[in-house]
Amino acid sequence: MSAIVVKNLVKTFKVAQRTAGTLGAFAGLFHRRHCTVTALDGISFTIQPGELIGYIGPNGAGKSTTIKILSGILLPDSGQVEVLGLTPWKNRINTVRQLGVVFGQRTQLWWDLPVIESFDLLKDIYNVPPGDYRQRLDELVTLLDLKEFLDVPVRQLSLGQRMRCDIAAALLHGPRILYLDEPTIGLDAVSMLAVRDFIRQLNRQRKLTVILTTHDMDDIEALCQRVLVIHQGHVLSDGSLDELRARFGRERRLIVDLQDEDGVVQDPQATVVRREGRRVTLAFDPAQVPPAALVARVTAAHQVRDLFVENPPIDEIIARIYRSAT
Amino acid sequence: MNAVGLYFRYVGVSFRSQMQYRWSTILSTLGVFITLALEFAAIWGLFHRFGTLRGWTLAEVALLYGIVTVGFAMAEGVARGFDMFGNMVRMGDFDRLLLRPRPLALQVAGQELGMHRAGRAIQGAMVLGWAWTSLHLGWQWQLLGLLGLAILGTACLFYGIYILQATYCFWSIQSLEVFSVVTYGASETAQFPMSIYRPWFRRFFTFVMPLAAVTYYPALPLLGRSDGTLRTPTWFGWVSPLIGVAFLLASLWVWRFGVRHYRSTGS
Repeated sequence: MSAIVVKNLVKTFKVAQRTAGTLGAFAGLFHRRHCTVTALDGISFTIQPGELIGYIGPNGAGKSTTIKILSGILLPDSGQVEVLGLTPWKNRINTVRQLGVVFGQRTQLWWDLPVIESFDLLKDIYNVPPGDYRQRLDELVTLLDLKEFLDVPVRQLSLGQRMRCDIAAALLHGPRILYLDEPTIGLDAVSMLAVRDFIRQLNRQRKLTVILTTHDMDDIEALCQRVLVIHQGHVLSDGSLDELRARFGRERRLIVDLQDEDGVVQDPQATVVRREGRRVTLAFDPAQVPPAALVARVTAAHQVRDLFVENPPIDEIIARIYRSAT
Repeated sequence: MNAVGLYFRYVGVSFRSQMQYRWSTILSTLGVFITLALEFAAIWGLFHRFGTLRGWTLAEVALLYGIVTVGFAMAEGVARGFDMFGNMVRMGDFDRLLLRPRPLALQVAGQELGMHRAGRAIQGAMVLGWAWTSLHLGWQWQLLGLLGLAILGTACLFYGIYILQATYCFWSIQSLEVFSVVTYGASETAQFPMSIYRPWFRRFFTFVMPLAAVTYYPALPLLGRSDGTLRTPTWFGWVSPLIGVAFLLASLWVWRFGVRHYRSTGS
């Protein structure tokens, strides 16, 4: 059985239009014009148990609307959803028992209480048997390294510490699916790597199904086998990162550090996309010119200190996908 | 853990949270107490000068005052989650409650305890105690039972209004001062006998917001009085506080419509 099946999901919102200014606000008291915004315009996808997928799209693309429908918060206009065989909005309570949800921007912990008290309360909210709770808590405390601040009030934690606690909080009831909404936003490098490591471990070792929404393409590159790109309520692309690259960014980059400060690099089959001091970045299509041939030509024509070939950054590819869709 | 157990867990958590700001809580409690004590002193002053109010003595009015104040304080203390619900919707925190496998009204009710409202409860209880002894009502269990029922009915009625106020937030996040008029205004109105008000006003507080049913009518048999104008039978005062309980249940029913609206529109 698939973990999540989504078929032709449509969701529209009615938005009140307000006229600007004080007078407009006043007029809005008596008469409001509404317009309909389509957040999801027939989205379909299927997620198998144990997959870790990146769910990405620009702001307002419909990411959080999808997550809210998948977790039973919102009702769709039409379409079908099955989360572990349940329709979330008809079976809210049974669906959410199986879900862990982390919002990077806000915490679900009780602000003024020590972390451990929030965990204990969540145990009672989810009716976790004491034995299971003990075992999961010990495990999470070790893996996420929470021991030193379990007794510290949440408001005194650093962002990285808080995020680790929030991830633990979402897993205490042993969910089978985890939604992560920007889990690395605002984290320092060490915390970010720790969080990524942990997510990878959860997915690979425990076969937890994970949906990750993020704007950080390094998260996607580091974690996701599969990426779903949505834009204006449509699925733009669905596949592995390599497939995405093959479809939208076949070009490669040759980066050359010249010996000569003001040497000019020219080649009929490559274009200079950047120039910073001695460093020149050339873009080329490997289908038209073999990288080895280009390297040979450039090194023959110039004094070269160092060179390397790389894929264009994933951000650029994604930006290109978004642009191509509008 | 069942719903009742969980509710008390929430209450315990809220209590411990507020104990982090111990002095703030104590001073607010004291502030509420002093404000209300001065308010009652003003009423005492008026009676001292003018004697009675349409045949009602200070002790009799104090009984009404005590019932409505204690009942209102109880509702205010435990309904704070509903009172502050607008913020919750505005900040998007209500979504978190929808992500937990528990009834929503239970979770909102457990959000926050209005501990500083104890100031109102203490002041009300003191006025009530004074009225009870001055009127020589003694320790008859029927009368004490009716008093308890009246206070419970009042608390339920005000709780229901807080739920309706919260339900309104599903449609608009603008706070409506109308609800303060209904809660605070009503609690002040009910401090005096209904018989002093004009008929339309009295009807509003009997049939629309059944405030008289939980304060004035049960007070009549306690005081051995009868209703001069609406001519309700004496037994009515013994059962009318149940109307407050019915109001609370009706509010919960309306609340469910609000939740359904929120889940289909988002906010």
